[in-house]
Amino acid sequence: MTVHELEASVSREGDGAVIALAGELNLTAQEALDAAYAEAAAGAPEHVVLDFTAADYINSTGIALIVGLLAQARAQAIEVRARGLSDHYREIFEITRLSDFMTIEGSTHA
Amino acid sequence: MAALTKPFHRLRRRDRTEEATSAQPAPATTPTEQTPVEIAPNDPLLAYFQTAPEAVDVEALELDSPALEELKAAGVKLAVPLVSQGELIGVLNLGQRLSEQDYSSDDRKLLDNLAAQAAPALRVGQLVREQEAEAVTRQRFESELEVARLIQQNFLPKELPEMAGWQVAAYYRPAREVGGDFYDVIPLPDGRVGFVVGDVTDKGVPAALVMSATRSLLRASAQRLIEPGEVLARVNDQLCPDMPTAMFVTCLYGVLDRFTGRLRFANAGHDVPYVKTAHGVEELRARGMPLGLMPGMDYEEKEATLAPGDSVLLHSDGIVESHDAERDMFGFPRLKDTVARASRDESLIDLVLSDLAAFTGPDIAQEDDITMVTLKRSAGSAVPGEQDGGVLAELSLASEPGNEREAIAAVERAVTDLALPSARLEKLKTAVGEATMNAMEHGNEYRADRPVLVRVLHADGHLRVQVSDHGGAGRLPPRESPDLEAKLEGRQNPRGWGLFLIEKMVDEARETSHEDGHTLELVLRLEGERK
Repeated sequence: MTVHELEASVSREGDGAVIALAGELNLTAQEALDAAYAEAAAGAPEHVVLDFTAADYINSTGIALIVGLLAQARAQAIEVRARGLSDHYREIFEITRLSDFMTIEGSTHA
Repeated sequence: MAALTKPFHRLRRRDRTEEATSAQPAPATTPTEQTPVEIAPNDPLLAYFQTAPEAVDVEALELDSPALEELKAAGVKLAVPLVSQGELIGVLNLGQRLSEQDYSSDDRKLLDNLAAQAAPALRVGQLVREQEAEAVTRQRFESELEVARLIQQNFLPKELPEMAGWQVAAYYRPAREVGGDFYDVIPLPDGRVGFVVGDVTDKGVPAALVMSATRSLLRASAQRLIEPGEVLARVNDQLCPDMPTAMFVTCLYGVLDRFTGRLRFANAGHDVPYVKTAHGVEELRARGMPLGLMPGMDYEEKEATLAPGDSVLLHSDGIVESHDAERDMFGFPRLKDTVARASRDESLIDLVLSDLAAFTGPDIAQEDDITMVTLKRSAGSAVPGEQDGGVLAELSLASEPGNEREAIAAVERAVTDLALPSARLEKLKTAVGEATMNAMEHGNEYRADRPVLVRVLHADGHLRVQVSDHGGAGRLPPRESPDLEAKLEGRQNPRGWGLFLIEKMVDEARETSHEDGHTLELVLRLEGERK
C-alpha cells in the first residue's frame, strides 16, 4: 500500500511559526517532522503551531512523535498549539491529555 | 470333527491291577497302565464307536483301522465307548478277565450301564475344564479391548470448536471389539478448519495404535501444508515404512473456509461423504489410495461450496455395512435416502441413528465402529452479514508497516450498511489501525510469513472486529498505562499509546491467546445507534 509520507512546510505567523502537516503522521513522518521543527524553532519563536488541516491520518506512532516534539518545545520554553484538528483527533488529543499541554485552536473542519 | 483331536479323546486302557497281578499272574501282559491309544479323526473305528453304544468285542472286530490294531496288540478284549450326546468322549478298555474266561452277557450289561452313567459325568468334567481355559483367554482378550478403547478415546477430540455460522457435531460408538475408526476437527490458520474421518483396517490394539499415529501425523501436516491432497500424500509417505503388513487406513480430509463455505477435500479410499443441499443430495468424490499401502501416491483434490442451510455428512463404513436380521446390508442407497430426508432443524446424526436402528432391529449387536461428523452451515437471515454466519469481511494482511491502513479501509467498507455515526466510525477505524499495528509489530514482529487476520462480524446487535496475529501463544506485549507527564520528562518512552487508545475507542476490547498467537476483539454495541 502506498504510504503518503508526511510533508511538513514551515511558515512564519507573527511571533510564531506554523508547521503545516500534510499526509500521514506515522512512523515514517519522524524525519520530516524533526526537520520542520528544527527549522521552526531556529528563529526562537514564541510559539509553534502544528496545522493538522491536511493531515488525514494520525496513529499512535504519530502521537508519540508529537509527544517528542512537545517535550523538546517545553525544554526550549516554546508554546505548542494545534490547529485544524478534526473532532475525532481533537478527542484523541483530549484522551491522551496532549490538550493539557498544548492549546487546541478551533477546528477548521468537523 | 475338530473336537475329536482333543486330548480327552485318547483311549485309556487299564490292564490288570497290581493286586490282581500278584493274586494271579497272567502271562504276556504288562502290569499297570499302558500308553493311551489315540484314534485319528479319519480312523473308521471312531465312527464305529460313535454308532455302537454297547461294549465291543475287540478281537472279533474287523476294520481297516490302525487304532484297532493297536488295541488288539495291547491285549484289549472289550472296549466300551463312552458317548455323550452323540459324541465319543472316551472309551473304557478292558483286557482279559482275571478268570481268563470270556466276558459274560451280564458283564457286558453291567459295563454298558456303567458307561451310560460315566459318560455324562465325564462330559461335565471336561466342560468345566474347557470353561476354565476359555475364561483365561477371555480375560486376556477383555483387557486388550480395554487398552484399545483407551487408546482410541484418548485420540478422539475432547471437544469440537465453536464456529460462528456453523454447527459441527460428531458421533462415535465403538463396536465391542473396537475397530479403528477415528475423526478429528483441526483448527487451522486464517479461520480455516480441517475435518477428518478415517478407519484403520483390523481391530483391537494394533488398529488403535495405527489410528493414533495417523491422527498425530495428520494434525502435524495439516498445520503446515493446508491443501488436503498434499496433507494426505505426506501422511501416506510417513505411514508407509512403519505400517504392519495387511493394514491400511482409509481417510477423508477436508478443509473448510468457514467464511466462504468452500470445502476443499481429498479422499484416501474412504466412504464418500454426502452433502444435503436445497437441490438434493450430492456425493463428494475424489480419487486416492488408502494410506499406508504404497509411498508416493497422489491424491485428487476437489472442492464444494456449502451454501447457507447445506449439511455435510462424513461417515465410516460401520453404518452402511450394518446388517439386519436377514443379513441384508444397510448400504449406501439407504444412507443417501436418509440424508435426503434430513430437515434443516433436525440433527442429521440422530436421523441416521434412528434409521439405522429401525433397519437392524433392536437385538442386533453392532458389528463395527460407527462414526459420523456433520457440518452444517446456518441458514440465512435478514441481518447484514448473518447469512454468512455474521461475517461481514475477512482479510489477511502481510505484516508490513503501513498495512494497517488496508485493515482500516476494509473494515470501513464492511460496515457501510450499518451506517455508524461518523464519530463512532472514526473511533473504530483508529482502534482497528492500532490493533493491526500491534499485531504486525508485537505479535508478528513484521515477519513476512506471519500475516494478520482481520475479521468483521455482526450479530446480536454487536459489531466485532477480530484482529489476530500468528506470533505464537504466551507473549502478550507488556502493558503500561501511558503517562504523558512522564513521557514529556523523558521518564517513559513517548510511544506505548496503542492499547490505551483502543480501549478508549470501542465499547470493549478483549484480548485472547490461542495456539497460533493472540486475538484482540473490538466490540461496538449497536443498540439504538442508527443515525
